[in-house]
Amino acid sequence: MLDAAGLQALALTLRLAATTTLVLLLAGTPLAWWLARTRSWLKGPVGALVALPLVLPPVVLGFYLLVFMGPSGPVGQLTQSLGWGLLPFSFAGLVVGSVLYSMPFVVQPLQNAFEALGERPLEAAATLRASPLDTFFSVVLPLARPAYLTAAVMGFAHTVGEFGIVLMMGGNISGKTRVMSVQIYDHVEALEYRQAHWLAGGLLVFSFLVLLALYTLNTLQPGRRKGQGA
Amino acid sequence: MKPEGGGITASFRRAFTGFSLDVSLAVPGRGVTAIFGPSGSGKTSLLRCIAGLERAGSGHLSVNGELWQDDAAGIFLPVHRRPLGYVFQEASLFEHLDVARNLDFGLRRVPPAQRRVSLEQAIALLGLQALMQRMPATLSGGERQRVAIARALVTSPRLLLMDEPLASLDLARKAEILPYLERLHGELDMPVLYVSHAPDEVARLADHLVLLDAGRVTASGPTRELMTRLDLPLAHGDAAAAVLDAVVSAVEPDWHMSHAEFPGGRISLLNPSLQVGQRVRVRIQARDVSLTLARQEGTSVQNIFPVIVTGLAADSPGQLMVGLDAGGSALLARITQKSAQALRLQPGSRVFAQVKGVAVLG
Repeated sequence: MLDAAGLQALALTLRLAATTTLVLLLAGTPLAWWLARTRSWLKGPVGALVALPLVLPPVVLGFYLLVFMGPSGPVGQLTQSLGWGLLPFSFAGLVVGSVLYSMPFVVQPLQNAFEALGERPLEAAATLRASPLDTFFSVVLPLARPAYLTAAVMGFAHTVGEFGIVLMMGGNISGKTRVMSVQIYDHVEALEYRQAHWLAGGLLVFSFLVLLALYTLNTLQPGRRKGQGA
Repeated sequence: MKPEGGGITASFRRAFTGFSLDVSLAVPGRGVTAIFGPSGSGKTSLLRCIAGLERAGSGHLSVNGELWQDDAAGIFLPVHRRPLGYVFQEASLFEHLDVARNLDFGLRRVPPAQRRVSLEQAIALLGLQALMQRMPATLSGGERQRVAIARALVTSPRLLLMDEPLASLDLARKAEILPYLERLHGELDMPVLYVSHAPDEVARLADHLVLLDAGRVTASGPTRELMTRLDLPLAHGDAAAAVLDAVVSAVEPDWHMSHAEFPGGRISLLNPSLQVGQRVRVRIQARDVSLTLARQEGTSVQNIFPVIVTGLAADSPGQLMVGLDAGGSALLARITQKSAQALRLQPGSRVFAQVKGVAVLG
């Protein structure tokens, strides 16, 4: 079974994934909305930046974040001058890294859903006296609900599974930044295969159940719109 | 016709891809005004400019004394602040809301003091009683469009904009909706701008007509007048027709006939369900009218009116469109150039119009 360190790693992992997902849903919505509707030339570059974690080894991302947020990096100097201290090797640092790393898994489904929505429901709402903000909450959000479910689940699950970036950004501090994937690595290094099995098997079952629930739910949704797959 | 109560005045200039809109018009502030023109003439763009869905570079719009847009003065009411209703070509219902909630969407955003059309009225007018709990995805095209019209009506718009609401429907669905539109016209005192490229819809619904071609207004006036003006495209081709208003004077149920009087004579109609004294609007198609120099005897044609030729204009090859005056009402006849020559027709000629078919428009 899970020992105290394992339970600690599990709790930290869940807290990190939940925080990251929440931040991403809040920040990803305006970003996805902008990407879906802008005609600016910036759409290409920004879209590419958002998608970067899909192809970039997490270690690379973690390395640069470490450099930028470290004591002599520009972000590090800023956070220090604001009195926030340094982000690397802290929970906040893990959240920042995870948010960047899981961003495409949240932003892309939302962007696809917003694009699939088209102009018409927004125009119809405007002719029915709904202001743009009103329209977003009364028309866009309900119509994009399946995409929000997909985005939340994918963002959460992806954060649970990350390794390279948390290792670089968080170090490996027990109880503070040691998440499950790092804990598994530690167990394997120490040849503690039994403990590793509990955690690894747990993650495997968790991931499968999450995806199963997602696909079942999206199938049950009265097939309204296509285009919110990740 | 002078615009009443201020009327609707609009002018918009804007370049779109492929054409430019340069429109200036003044139409009556009540009744149905049809904006008619071929596809690509800018009808929808004009309507979208009026709604504020497109922002014209320079525009001015005033609706019955209220200024909605004056770009020169920096005034532009955003769409959701314009008290208008808009019916799109496709119903554009909110797919996540049932019919009742779709209707409620606009209604609850209108302050109670400004509501003049009640929900019950709109439901009854468009026959939606049985559909209220249904989701849009389960409705037929015609039903969806009726819901869309009702949804626009319950916001009590001070201007109702309809962009070819029947264009996406087949003939049967069109026939299903047209009576509702006519009732709307009769029961609600609400100015309507109705975009269409179908002459029969225009003849049935419109009091006033604006002709649009390549982004410019080519003519604007009462429907009856414009439909029979030989210099305009509406008075040409297969669908050319004149519209008359008449009053039913006699009904012969045994023969399934009714008779109605208009200043140019008496029209016989194959329609037994009319009441004496009822006003009817009838359409006489140009291709159903033939001309004779003397009143024919012993003919099966019942509708024969003495008329004066007001003009002749080339129509399709070998054919002429003849403008006629029947006691003050305009009629059209399409005849061959050869017959026109044989009859020596010219403006001022007194002849008889034989009308083979008359359609009651309701």
